Amino acid sequence: MLKIDNLQAEVANKPILKGLSLDVKPGEIHAIMGPNGAGKSTLGYTLGGRPGYEVTGGSVDFAGQDLLALEPHERAAAGLFLGFQYPVEIPGVSFVQFLREALNAQRKTRGEEPLSGGDFLKLAREKAALLKLDMDMLKRPVNVGFSGGEKKRAEMVQMGILDPKFAVLDETDSGLDIDALRIVGEGINAIMRRPDKAVLLITHYQRLLDYVKPDVVHVLAGGRIVKSGGPELALELEREGYEAVVA
Amino acid sequence: MTQALALPTTRDEDWRYADAAWLAAADPAALAQWEDVRIAAGEARQVYRVLAADADGAGRVERLRVHVGAGGRFELAVVNAAGPYTRFEAAVTLERGAHFAFGGVTIGGGANVQEFVTRVIHAEPEATSQQIVRAVQWGRATGNFLGRIEVVRDAQKTDAEQNFRAILLEQGASANAKPELEIYADDVKCAHGAAIGALDQEAGFYMASRGIPPEVARKLLVRAFIADAFADVSDEAEQARLLDTALAALEGAAL
Repeated sequence: MLKIDNLQAEVANKPILKGLSLDVKPGEIHAIMGPNGAGKSTLGYTLGGRPGYEVTGGSVDFAGQDLLALEPHERAAAGLFLGFQYPVEIPGVSFVQFLREALNAQRKTRGEEPLSGGDFLKLAREKAALLKLDMDMLKRPVNVGFSGGEKKRAEMVQMGILDPKFAVLDETDSGLDIDALRIVGEGINAIMRRPDKAVLLITHYQRLLDYVKPDVVHVLAGGRIVKSGGPELALELEREGYEAVVA
Repeated sequence: MTQALALPTTRDEDWRYADAAWLAAADPAALAQWEDVRIAAGEARQVYRVLAADADGAGRVERLRVHVGAGGRFELAVVNAAGPYTRFEAAVTLERGAHFAFGGVTIGGGANVQEFVTRVIHAEPEATSQQIVRAVQWGRATGNFLGRIEVVRDAQKTDAEQNFRAILLEQGASANAKPELEIYADDVKCAHGAAIGALDQEAGFYMASRGIPPEVARKLLVRAFIADAFADVSDEAEQARLLDTALAALEGAAL
């Protein structure tokens, strides 16, 4: 579904990704772990097409499309979802308005009819319930006044509503307490654990992987994948640290 | 005996950011005219104005002089979306305990110069005023807010506030703020603030990552930005109309 081949990218003329390759197949959940500064977030932003993240080499094939040739909003419409480590606050724009615009823009790009206001609210209510987020919070401005945990749950509500094929979740587990971690983990499984979908989890810690079992675990260091393995690799990293495992 | 009216020039403080070429060709008599409004004690009045793009692109100056009696309320909301030079002036005198609320939006591109010039006179104690102006400019356009607050001697417990923020969508656009406070009473609260910046790019990418195209994201962000100015408009239908009219100016923009 997502095939990254020898990807190189830089930020402010500084090379961060230095030949990263990855192949995620439908139905799979991959976890990417790695020390600070390894390039984990850069990978997420580069896949999302964030301005300032410049691809200098390599390719990314997303379900048969050249992902890097698409504008950021076209990537979303093609089925890519990027979960932010630090979700952005947008004063003056309500979540409901934001998500309805987003969903209908995606549907329009795909040549589908827009969803009516009533149908949209029904969908939003269902996904908010799944993540145990009060529907009233979605009437408030996007992420404004939300706690760290609420922002992350709201990210997953967005993912549920937008129903992507592929999600890159950048440290979705950071800032979550134990209960929220379980709710978010179960939310990811409910929304994305399907034969026709796939997930790339970017994380520092093993704990989210207790709830969302990865099929493959990769270690990212120095801008490339230095080791890949099964779920046991995450446990080994947790036990022995990156340095010991990467060396 | 007639006396020739002198045309203002950009050397006059109140006209310093005006379009000099437009002024030079203007009719002095027209520029000297004021529309007078008297609001009786305890009365509430609303004035909503839209300076939409003139069909002939002639530009204009509108001047409103308002006297608000004791305990009266005056609510003024104006969209300034025209050009090449459009200026809206308000001179408001407040008696004891009166309130003046002003919301203004300048929005435009090309070489338009759009400005608000206000003079609020707190002539008696306990009057309050709140002015919020938002500017959204692109191309080589300019948005200005020249706001003067005068608190006369003994106008104690005056509470006057003035806030200006501008978003420049392109390099080449500009905005000017000229707050002036003249305070002759000692127990007063007067606040002013101004900020000029660009559209929030973080928010723009966040919206794009959810599938919202740049032009839609821009519209949502601009709407949220200018909504501050009309947040206190008491008539909801008017509030929506003012916002929609302002945003219509953005829709014609080739950005």
